[in-house]
Amino acid sequence: MNARHWLALSIGMGLLTALWFCGCEGVGEVGAELGRATGVLTEDQAESVKRGATAVEKSWQDLTPEQEYYIGRAVAARVFETYQPLDRPEANAYLNLLGQSLAVFSERPETFGGYRFLLLDSDEVNAFAAPGGLILVTRGMLRCCENEDELAAVLAHEICHVQAKHGLRAIKQSRLTEAFTIVAAESAKQLGSEELASLTREFESSVGDVVMTLTTSGYSRTQERDADAAAVRLLKRAGYPEAAILTMLKRMDERLATARGLGFAKTHPSASSRADALKPAIPTAQAAPDAVRQQRFATAMQPVLGGR
Amino acid sequence: MKTKILAVLVAITVPICVGIAFAAPMSVQVRNARVRATPSQLGKTVAAVDYGEVVETGAVQNGWYPVTMPDGAKGWLHESALSKKPVAMRAGTSDVDTGVSSDEVALAGKGFNEQVEAKLRAEGTLDYTWVDRMAALEVGAEQIVEFRRQGNLPGGAL
Repeated sequence: MNARHWLALSIGMGLLTALWFCGCEGVGEVGAELGRATGVLTEDQAESVKRGATAVEKSWQDLTPEQEYYIGRAVAARVFETYQPLDRPEANAYLNLLGQSLAVFSERPETFGGYRFLLLDSDEVNAFAAPGGLILVTRGMLRCCENEDELAAVLAHEICHVQAKHGLRAIKQSRLTEAFTIVAAESAKQLGSEELASLTREFESSVGDVVMTLTTSGYSRTQERDADAAAVRLLKRAGYPEAAILTMLKRMDERLATARGLGFAKTHPSASSRADALKPAIPTAQAAPDAVRQQRFATAMQPVLGGR
Repeated sequence: MKTKILAVLVAITVPICVGIAFAAPMSVQVRNARVRATPSQLGKTVAAVDYGEVVETGAVQNGWYPVTMPDGAKGWLHESALSKKPVAMRAGTSDVDTGVSSDEVALAGKGFNEQVEAKLRAEGTLDYTWVDRMAALEVGAEQIVEFRRQGNLPGGAL
């Protein structure tokens, strides 16, 4: 390749990168335009590529934060059919202070409806992150935390699932393709009753996919590892000791040893293997938990935990 | 060799230049967001913007866009609150203002939305009582600042 080729190629690459960054057009559209410009595709063929690409490219990534919000609300409502919320205003208020003060430090601080947290009246060791930021934590999971720092580690892990949109990725592509097709076919701002009924069915199936992943099948090991690693970064940015996630995992491992096959143990890799994966990234020196944080955690959570 | 270095430089600078030239209107993609005086979620609020509002943005810096409101007020919004795609048609805006077609806007505003949730509520398929109670558990930036101060978590890297 001679010098002129290099320059031409780099300008081309630069423009493509710029287009990508600008998000001006979908990949299919850029491809079609390039094909048309270079004479590889005829006008008709280019239009066809654009239309086909638009339908195929729609995936969980094309769901807007508003759509994610409505999916997340329905996911939470479905989880509440199995797990009763814990109606303890003081404990939930503290949980939200802690959780929302962490969420502002996340890589995705803004979701459509914001991050919200709630305790579940269940002894199962578990926590769920519904898309959009509705995060649910069982009393059993709370028992794995001896102080605010460790509870912060649990919440940070769940916030990072929301941040990475792991819940939305559980939705089967076929449902999204169907939903986007219905929406695209109907030009009116409000959907007709038939389209609304079809769309509602796709919506319920999509919500079912997410609920199934949260409560039964679990995220992939890679997604769990990514959420752990992101949680460590989040704890650090928010000023909490990163080592809190290791002590929390250790306690969880001990509690789960007696409950294999239930709740969190069913949907997550073992706590000890998660801790082993994190250790190299976490400073070993650990300061004693702050007295004020220890006290406010105890005040808010002791009444809920009772004798643990 | 020199040409190769030049080529790499061009490949890097072209997107940056084009990016700056395209600094453009963006839509608010969350229900409401607070425009901050500084690039921080805990910064002072200078204005509030609602879903679908269009703001003029400059070049993004560490996840924060400098924004200019329609009334000329300036501040910062986190990138997670903004979309380059249109999200809703607002009263008083035209296709010319937003540079997009009505079809695109209608598409963005439809789908899994309030209309679908309303149908599920009406049919009694899902009980949203606790979901609505959760939504009400909002914590303000001032409360967060105080919670962090009392808990000896000053600063933090936002």
